[in-house]
Amino acid sequence: MSDPNLTAVSAARWRMAVLLTTAMMVVYFGFILLVAFNKPLLGTPLVEGLSIGMLLGVLVIIAAWVLTWIYVRWANTHYDASLRGLRS
Amino acid sequence: MTSAIGDPNLTAIAFFGLFIVLSLGITVWASRRTRTADHFYAAGRNVTAFQNGLALAGDYMSAASFLGIAGLVAVSGFDGLIYSIGFLVGWPIVMFLIAEPLRNLGRYTFADVVAMRLRQTPIRIAAAIGGLAVIAFYLIAQMVGAGNLIRLLFGLPYEVAVVIVGVVMLAYVLFGGMIATTWVQIVKAVLLLAGATILAGLVLARFNFNPLALFAQASATYGAGVLAPGRQVTDPIDAISLGLALMLGTAGLPHILMRFYTVPDAKTARTSVGYATAFIGFFYLLTFILGFGAMVIVGREAITKVDAGGNMAAPLLAEVVGGTPFLGFIAAVAFATILAVVAGLTLSGAATLSHDLWVNVIRGAHASEREQFVVARGATIVLAIVSIVLGITFKGQNVAYMVGLAFAIAASANFPALVLSIFWKRLTTAGAQVSMITGTVSTLALIYLSPTIQLDILKHAEAWFPLRNPGIVTIPLSFMVAIGVSLLRPVPSEERRFVELERRLHLGLE
Repeated sequence: MSDPNLTAVSAARWRMAVLLTTAMMVVYFGFILLVAFNKPLLGTPLVEGLSIGMLLGVLVIIAAWVLTWIYVRWANTHYDASLRGLRS
Repeated sequence: MTSAIGDPNLTAIAFFGLFIVLSLGITVWASRRTRTADHFYAAGRNVTAFQNGLALAGDYMSAASFLGIAGLVAVSGFDGLIYSIGFLVGWPIVMFLIAEPLRNLGRYTFADVVAMRLRQTPIRIAAAIGGLAVIAFYLIAQMVGAGNLIRLLFGLPYEVAVVIVGVVMLAYVLFGGMIATTWVQIVKAVLLLAGATILAGLVLARFNFNPLALFAQASATYGAGVLAPGRQVTDPIDAISLGLALMLGTAGLPHILMRFYTVPDAKTARTSVGYATAFIGFFYLLTFILGFGAMVIVGREAITKVDAGGNMAAPLLAEVVGGTPFLGFIAAVAFATILAVVAGLTLSGAATLSHDLWVNVIRGAHASEREQFVVARGATIVLAIVSIVLGITFKGQNVAYMVGLAFAIAASANFPALVLSIFWKRLTTAGAQVSMITGTVSTLALIYLSPTIQLDILKHAEAWFPLRNPGIVTIPLSFMVAIGVSLLRPVPSEERRFVELERRLHLGLE
């Protein structure tokens, strides 16, 4: 039979996975949709040498780093602690 | 300007010789430690998180990213960056959905995970078809790229270059297995990151270490259009379709997935993806500098004169800012990069042939340690010969779309079945099997009917399928058939085994 404690840990783990996956997809496809449908906006210069598109591109890479870091932080503290609880 | 590219370059040959000696030394050392199938496929499962992070980056950052993306940015500006970004965003997905479950549920291949609570034979065969298709197209791209690159960089004939890559790679995998492959990846990743960082540093030194001054210069010389999306992105749907395949394909590449079995536990797998994402993101940020640096310092005309696709942008840039010795170093790094990626691909192909097909399908999971070892090495030799033959057969083909094709198959054939087998308890054998086969076949068919093959290669007047990237059709299709078939014919016994899978997914083998 399934263990209710495990089911709760599993549900929390998947909530986090789905939330962060959705966040990454929104950021990335938001960028792709702008590339596809609003080229003039992305070409607008902010300061000399920097267009909105370049800035957003760098921000997508930084967003990938930040979301990954959030997951590792969450897993190292909450998920690992729950797993220790299940094992004992 | 006159360039030394294409002439035999003493520094390049010296650096490359050094890399070969070092990597073969590693192979000899690794061969003494490779005694069981666990060593051969999974490096004894004691690779650290930092080492695996570097090795994942080494497996992923192919010569296509280093030379191809830098060239694309140099020639078309902003459009090249769309690839840099697309190749990174799959890594968070690998982290959130795949890495830890894979480590806890499988042994050597991703098919272990899909097959765990389903029927072995049909799942292993379907997974092998998708997995081998990805590996074959990725191998063709790397081998043809290697042949062209080495001809351009060292002045060696194409066929000789392909044979050298095949033979050296065979030595790594055959004798050193995953231990040697892992260390070759680590050495290559360090060399590539160091080479790209030094090159970017030399470029930025000319602009007071201000990237914006570099971009401003590019825009002043070639027009503000280089900082905005341009001609490469013509069809919005195609752009989204490519984006989907790049993002989800990363999480379905067999040689990347296999690396998660080399670490001791799921937590180490998690940390290693963190390192990999950091290294790969940093590398792709550098491609911004390298691409625009080549555009401004070397000049577009000089780049396209050497190679119409722009692939020599980074080596040319190295020559201008660091002289012939630095060109030699960068050329040797590019060669090492190809060797390492080909070795990783071959090892994962050998695991599919021997572990999935021979041991689990033909021998019904009853094979002695010695037999597994012999079959794995036999499969490695077969794959090395196949890759040399493919490399020579596809000489002169445009290979850019083959990497795209490999990602599209990985995203459509491997990713849906893998993710559903982990997440969804109702998935049945038939659902997973049909999904993997539909993903492979529909991707191959739609690529064949796409403008890339019909207009560019076969020179037909029109293409039946409008998109160059089929992902937006094939990925949802593959998910839908998996879900539809599983719901139409539920298998309660397979669903009941999900309880056991879920426990092992989180807690590992207790």
